[in-house]
Amino acid sequence: MMLIPCPFCGKRNESEFIFGGAVGADRPDPNSVNDAEWVEYLTVAPNPLGPVQERWWHARGCSEWVTIWRDTRTHDIVEAPDDSE
Amino acid sequence: MTQNNRCASGGRIDRSRTLRFTFNGKSYEGFEGDTLASALLANDVRVTARSFKYHRPRGIVGHGPEEPATLVELDGEDASGNRPATTVPLRDGLSARSVNCWPSPEFDIGGVNQLLSRFIPAGFYYKTFKWPNWHLFEPSIRKAAGLAAAPAQPPSSGHFEARHAHADVLVAGAGPAGLKAALKAGRAGKRVFLADEDSEAGGSLLNCDLSIDGQPAMGWVEAAVLELRGMANVTHLQNATVWAYREHNLLIVNERNPDQGSIIERSWRVRAGEVVIATGATERAMVFSNNDRPGVMLASSVQAYFNRWGVIPGKRVVLFTNNNSAYAVASDLIAAGVRVEAILDSRSCVPQAALELVPEITVQSSTVVGDVRGHKGVKAVKAVSSSGSVNWIECDLLAHSGGWNPTVHLWSQSRSTLRFDEDLAAFLPYQPVQNCTAVGAAAGQLTLDQIIDGGEELAYEIEPLWRVDLPGQRGKAFLDIQNDVSVSDVHLALREGYDNVEHVKRYTTGGMGIDQGKTGNINIIGTVAMQKGVPLQEVGTTTFRSPYTPVSFGAIGGLREDSVLFPYRHTPVTQWNKDNGAVMYEAGARWRRPGYFPQQGEGLQDAVNRECRAVREGVGVYDGSPLGTFELKGRDVPQFLDFIYSNMVSSLTPGNGRYGLMLSDDGLILDDGVVFRLDEHRWLVSTSTGHADSINQHMEKLLQTEFPDWQVMITTVTSQWNNATICGPRARDVMQALGTDVDLSPEVFPFMSFRDGTVAGFPARIVRVSFTGELSFEVNVAPRHMAELWAKVIEAGAPFGIQPVGSESSHVLRVEKGFLSLGHEVDGTVDAYDLGMGWAMSKKKTDYLGKRSIQLRREGKATRRELVGILPEDHNRQVPEGAPLTPGGRKEATEGLVTACVWSVVNDRWVGLALLKNGHSRHGEIAHVRLKDEVIPVKITKPVFHDPDGKLLRS
Repeated sequence: MMLIPCPFCGKRNESEFIFGGAVGADRPDPNSVNDAEWVEYLTVAPNPLGPVQERWWHARGCSEWVTIWRDTRTHDIVEAPDDSE
Repeated sequence: MTQNNRCASGGRIDRSRTLRFTFNGKSYEGFEGDTLASALLANDVRVTARSFKYHRPRGIVGHGPEEPATLVELDGEDASGNRPATTVPLRDGLSARSVNCWPSPEFDIGGVNQLLSRFIPAGFYYKTFKWPNWHLFEPSIRKAAGLAAAPAQPPSSGHFEARHAHADVLVAGAGPAGLKAALKAGRAGKRVFLADEDSEAGGSLLNCDLSIDGQPAMGWVEAAVLELRGMANVTHLQNATVWAYREHNLLIVNERNPDQGSIIERSWRVRAGEVVIATGATERAMVFSNNDRPGVMLASSVQAYFNRWGVIPGKRVVLFTNNNSAYAVASDLIAAGVRVEAILDSRSCVPQAALELVPEITVQSSTVVGDVRGHKGVKAVKAVSSSGSVNWIECDLLAHSGGWNPTVHLWSQSRSTLRFDEDLAAFLPYQPVQNCTAVGAAAGQLTLDQIIDGGEELAYEIEPLWRVDLPGQRGKAFLDIQNDVSVSDVHLALREGYDNVEHVKRYTTGGMGIDQGKTGNINIIGTVAMQKGVPLQEVGTTTFRSPYTPVSFGAIGGLREDSVLFPYRHTPVTQWNKDNGAVMYEAGARWRRPGYFPQQGEGLQDAVNRECRAVREGVGVYDGSPLGTFELKGRDVPQFLDFIYSNMVSSLTPGNGRYGLMLSDDGLILDDGVVFRLDEHRWLVSTSTGHADSINQHMEKLLQTEFPDWQVMITTVTSQWNNATICGPRARDVMQALGTDVDLSPEVFPFMSFRDGTVAGFPARIVRVSFTGELSFEVNVAPRHMAELWAKVIEAGAPFGIQPVGSESSHVLRVEKGFLSLGHEVDGTVDAYDLGMGWAMSKKKTDYLGKRSIQLRREGKATRRELVGILPEDHNRQVPEGAPLTPGGRKEATEGLVTACVWSVVNDRWVGLALLKNGHSRHGEIAHVRLKDEVIPVKITKPVFHDPDGKLLRS
């Protein structure tokens, strides 16, 4: 079970959180993208072997939506890669 | 015959405390401190089990969790299955049985399988029982496979529990290396958690006769334990197995019978800063023909039974080894007066230091065991030298040592890597991935002097022998005794292309089961390496997964059982419901709600009809408290609600409400509900009961991650307001009888608005919404007033014949009105247009969640399943909910399904709802429900069967 850092509560057990998925692209303006771009936004989630940015909801804690980088190979909570935004 | 194999003295047992127990129905005696295995050996019980597949007679092989052969089922208070006899502490009154044999291991009907063994090689089941389908054969094969059944009852006394702990250093194992590490960390003031699987500390020192600085090594252990006990910063547990190493240094420890109290097992979840793995090493078996005969035991186990339990499991012993450790065993046995007939050593050159330990004994170098005679107990061993000379040696015990495996399970579970060490012929811890270190035998320090200053032990020298390979060899040579996997099975797997070690494991089942191949896996790897002609490092190990040893489900569950696991939610009316005979249901989100209120002699349908008639013709009341309710406050609530609802919400004026749909961005319907504007900046959002939590999550996620600048605060108020909803044509009369300062006339208090005031003397918010289609007043009060309000409603309503209404009737009433129920009419394929709710899809708003996706989907012009009403042609014919509709009732692909069908009191017939292909354009036609042996014609209508214009609910 991972320890997830919450900005308010500190490192807490994963069981206090609900997984909110990987952080994908920002939501485009639906009126200015074409169909393919819209479908891509909806359906393509990042799934790298390595660091991925994800959201976790501290549901059994302070209700904060926490954003972390997790290395999918090791479950280590890592710093944002240099080439990330 | 009582304890014939017990020595007159010695061992760490309490001979003053005799324990009586039964094994397979026979009574025996042992001593306090025995395990079931040591007591059985003391009583010279040789055949203790039958094997898994061939039902061959088996005895006890090991002395700890590595035991591959003897699994028992415990009866009575201890009821549990598949326990290695070596890990069952003896207690007075214990009753145990062998698994996998009938009627007894001595005489086992299943033994006939031995004759068929050449017809049931590895993969036999996969190849044989595949036509027409495995599931046809599975039940009888599972039964024959004969692992113990789960106990029928949980233990009647005692319970399981769980605890969390934090430690600077967790030490797994309290042998010499673990104790040393714990002492060092404890003296440095660190919080130490020391856990050891055995009943007492000492590890391998319990089993040997070693010394430290000339004193017995156990004296050193006792001093160390005493010092640790004096440290407040040290938690030291025995009978506590560290069985899992998880992410971020979380370790799970299973403590058995802690405090000798009513707790059966305690599961510890320990988050450690640093982990010291001092789990020791496990002796591995030699592989030769008939190496599974009862009386063939691990050498170290023979040594343990003698030193620790005062038991010598044979009178005439032969040892077979490829390393020095067996010589200490021989030395101990000689000192005990046991006849050691010979030591067979596969090495060509036996080190002088080893020979000096056993001066009087015949040591045959370059010699292996070719075969073992004795079906139900060793009678003679065939010694074969490298020159080919053969001699049979009579004996009743064959002790063998194939070397030592560092116990790297936890290390490997942490994802830290292993390397194969050629000198030790074993896999050793290599690169750590989490913050852990391996010490002692677990790190390849296989002698005491490497671990403790002043310790003395014969150097460990080994020449690996993965299996005895002789020309013309007969008889099965087992790599995995528990699963009956022999060398020939592994060869077969390799021939058939399963040449990855993970595939070999799955094809042959070698290394699976209770023991997970603790004594045999390395020989499988060695056999694969020999056959493929590659080094062991290249073959690698199978993945070590938790649990290291079996863990009971009780320990994993802890106190989380029954209602504690997932508690019910109650409203203040629960007690009244129960007192008034309600049949209680679970509604969404674990709410307990009344299903219906049967009166004397009524069945379900009678009760539901009576409740529905009351609502349609008089008045009813239901408890609407579980509905999810959120108060939203802030400047940006209007634009937020416009974004999450498909219809326009921001145009609401204070005091008024609107029904709306929430979609996800891919166009699916998430939820429906009502929004009220309380004042300029405060709004009330209600959700369906079951979706309250997920909608909260949804709204918080959007606000925190997508629109962090928007000023919207969400407060969950589901449990801050309770309500009694009074509904029916006489609802206004009941409200007046209750007494209220709110003007209830429809002109000043219309449908879809609310008023704050008092009702029956309580501060209340009255909301005019309707989920039944009738005139309704939802009277919201504080929870502390709810029970009293409810009683007053029932009292005030009595003259009007008020009836409490359960969820069954609510379902009927909403179907009659064609109101949606998520999960019935709405699934992941349905959109608002299909439901005839295109009006809820705002055209004015340029964007909201789901808009673009619905547009995109609608542009595809695919035929859609649309919501319709159905009227069975036979008024008295009920259609099962979920039944398929097919074109013309023919055996064809379905064109829809029935989502609901209820008896309608107002229509005096069954009515239903369905999703039907192009349903909106088919009103008036006949559709066909196709059941298994019947076709039911139904007329397609609008999905509303009562007050289609909604005059009543606005009245």
